[in-house]
Amino acid sequence: MITTLAKAINEGLRDAMRRDDKVMLLGQDIGQLGGVFRVTDGLRKEFGELRVMDAPLGEAGIVGTAIGLAMRGYRPVCEIQFDGFVFPGVNQMITQLAKYRHRSGGEISLPVVIRVPYGGGIGAIEHHSESPESYFAHTPGLKVVTCASPQDAYQMIGQAIASDDPVIFLEPKRRYWEKGDVERSPDPAPLHAARVLRTGDDLTLVAYGPLVKTALECAEVAAEEGHSLEVIDLRSLAPLDLTAVFASVRRTGRLVVAHEASLSHGLGAEIAARVQDHAFYSLEAPVIRVAGYDTPYPPSRLEEHWLPGVERILDAVDRSLAY
Amino acid sequence: MPDMPGEELPLQLLDPSGALRADDRLPLDLSTVDLPGLYRDMVLSRRIDTEAIALQRQGELGLWPSMSGQEGAQVGAGRALREQDMTFPSYREHAVAWCRGVEPTSLLGLFRGTTLGGWRAEDNNFNLYTLVIGAQTLHATGYAMGIVRDNLVGNGDNARDTAVLCFHGDGALSEGETNEAYVWAATQNLPIVFFCQNNQWAISAPYSTQSRVPAARRADGFGFPGVRVDGNDVLACLAATRQALDAARRGDGPTLIEAYTYRLNPHTTSDDAGRYRSPAEDEVWRERDPITRLRLHLESTGAVSETFFTDLDDDAQRLAERMRAGCRALPDPDPDSPFLHTYAEMPDTLRAQLAEHRDFIASLDAQEVPA
Repeated sequence: MITTLAKAINEGLRDAMRRDDKVMLLGQDIGQLGGVFRVTDGLRKEFGELRVMDAPLGEAGIVGTAIGLAMRGYRPVCEIQFDGFVFPGVNQMITQLAKYRHRSGGEISLPVVIRVPYGGGIGAIEHHSESPESYFAHTPGLKVVTCASPQDAYQMIGQAIASDDPVIFLEPKRRYWEKGDVERSPDPAPLHAARVLRTGDDLTLVAYGPLVKTALECAEVAAEEGHSLEVIDLRSLAPLDLTAVFASVRRTGRLVVAHEASLSHGLGAEIAARVQDHAFYSLEAPVIRVAGYDTPYPPSRLEEHWLPGVERILDAVDRSLAY
Repeated sequence: MPDMPGEELPLQLLDPSGALRADDRLPLDLSTVDLPGLYRDMVLSRRIDTEAIALQRQGELGLWPSMSGQEGAQVGAGRALREQDMTFPSYREHAVAWCRGVEPTSLLGLFRGTTLGGWRAEDNNFNLYTLVIGAQTLHATGYAMGIVRDNLVGNGDNARDTAVLCFHGDGALSEGETNEAYVWAATQNLPIVFFCQNNQWAISAPYSTQSRVPAARRADGFGFPGVRVDGNDVLACLAATRQALDAARRGDGPTLIEAYTYRLNPHTTSDDAGRYRSPAEDEVWRERDPITRLRLHLESTGAVSETFFTDLDDDAQRLAERMRAGCRALPDPDPDSPFLHTYAEMPDTLRAQLAEHRDFIASLDAQEVPA
């Protein structure tokens, strides 16, 4: 079926809830309203108030009670309304959710999914355009994934719910309305695997979430200019699967990494470190990162300057190719 | 007892002289109460506490948070639980652990550095200790949400209907998470009892730093009952907790119990209470010792035999010896264990780190020159 990314997550949630009656949703405005992005639209009607619960307005409460529900055998899926509002819940995420399995010597699993719409590009007010992935990817015990297409959105939410580890599920909100074909494949790709979306010989371009589409656009433009870019969608940010990236860089010798999150201490730094470790002699140029700047997210009239777009990424591609 | 604006005297069923004082607001059928058993629990729990302090002094433990003085609150609450009820402690509930049947030696590993847990929560329906103040209140609340979804509330079956007992201290009243837990519990009418041991000191901060009203009155604003009991009166604590747990299992929602008590020792073995409170205050509270008053009562009524107290002293001594030997026998954790227990499904990146760590240790071993 052809559907939007938001609707694909909705279908993924619905199927997971039909498969397992221990799966339940909690979050602000997710019931009657269907969530501010309508991702949970219609689920209250099908599954009732106990399984699609409108939470009081407290993110620590949402995450903390999800932990207790998981201890009792449930598989809660939390919705945090916007990226910038995840922080009141972060104490529970880092000191409890991430650590419980380790603390209990492997006795207590917390299969909790925390869905967070993230990233900019929608002209929003403050706190509604942030990219907090590095905080979570840096925390042992959490897994962090992000989808870039309706197909992945549908399959990855189901896989995240089935995981016995806590998963932070980042949804690229500016891509919620992008359409694509979704198949209910019985044999989806592993959750924590990167994917080569376009093959190329001259340079490897790595992106994830909202910038995957941008990266593919870059490859189109570069092709017109005679440069062949290989585009890789990371999909999983923790753990990072860089097998495909290493193989690609060994062929192309050049790597550009793009993310919306601020440059310093971002995913790009970790990827660059690992690539120099695994493909040092293949590199023809330094790894170049294109990212948000080390400032708070700007007023929306400036976001086109702040976000890595096609032109900034292609500029980095040119700099890499010039070596 | 110190005054606060609008402070109500805590409910009491057994006064410091050992005399029973019936109170209509806190009914307790004494025929259902094992008074010698409660006394035994309190004496043995204190011995667990004092032995752990001794072990810390001898260098066997890195730290110990003492609960001496709070045995009345903890044993009263702990003995009100039914087997199916779930317990969420903070980190000072050693007497509750005792009541739930947790082996005392297993409380020591966390403070010896051999584990971050030490027991299986499901074995005794006693969750692991939580060190981040107030964090467990939300876990307990979520667990109670699960009980509702399991249809184990309000069936009129006290042997099957289930409640949660969640412990926190007076300091936790100021944490946002505790207040969120109260909101969740109230608005969903959850089967949970919050048992606040107000021992009056959050390390060096007196209760007045946290609140201008008694803890029990906090419940009013959230919309559920709050009960203030004498935390050094094991019978009042037992009665209030039984009543609240029964209400929770019936489907009548949450209760906040404030057990007004006193931490006789410093916050932990690393703390120096002399810097913030007076010996005179300690002395006042030593005279309100929860163990002494029940002993006075048992002696005055002749409810126990002459050898009861001496036999109990012997049991306490044996318990201490068991803890001492058990503590020293606690095995150091396997160096692989952090790698193995962080994820249900170990990422390849962590697997590589584990292999690297093992290889490095092996390389050191290989370099050792035989003697």
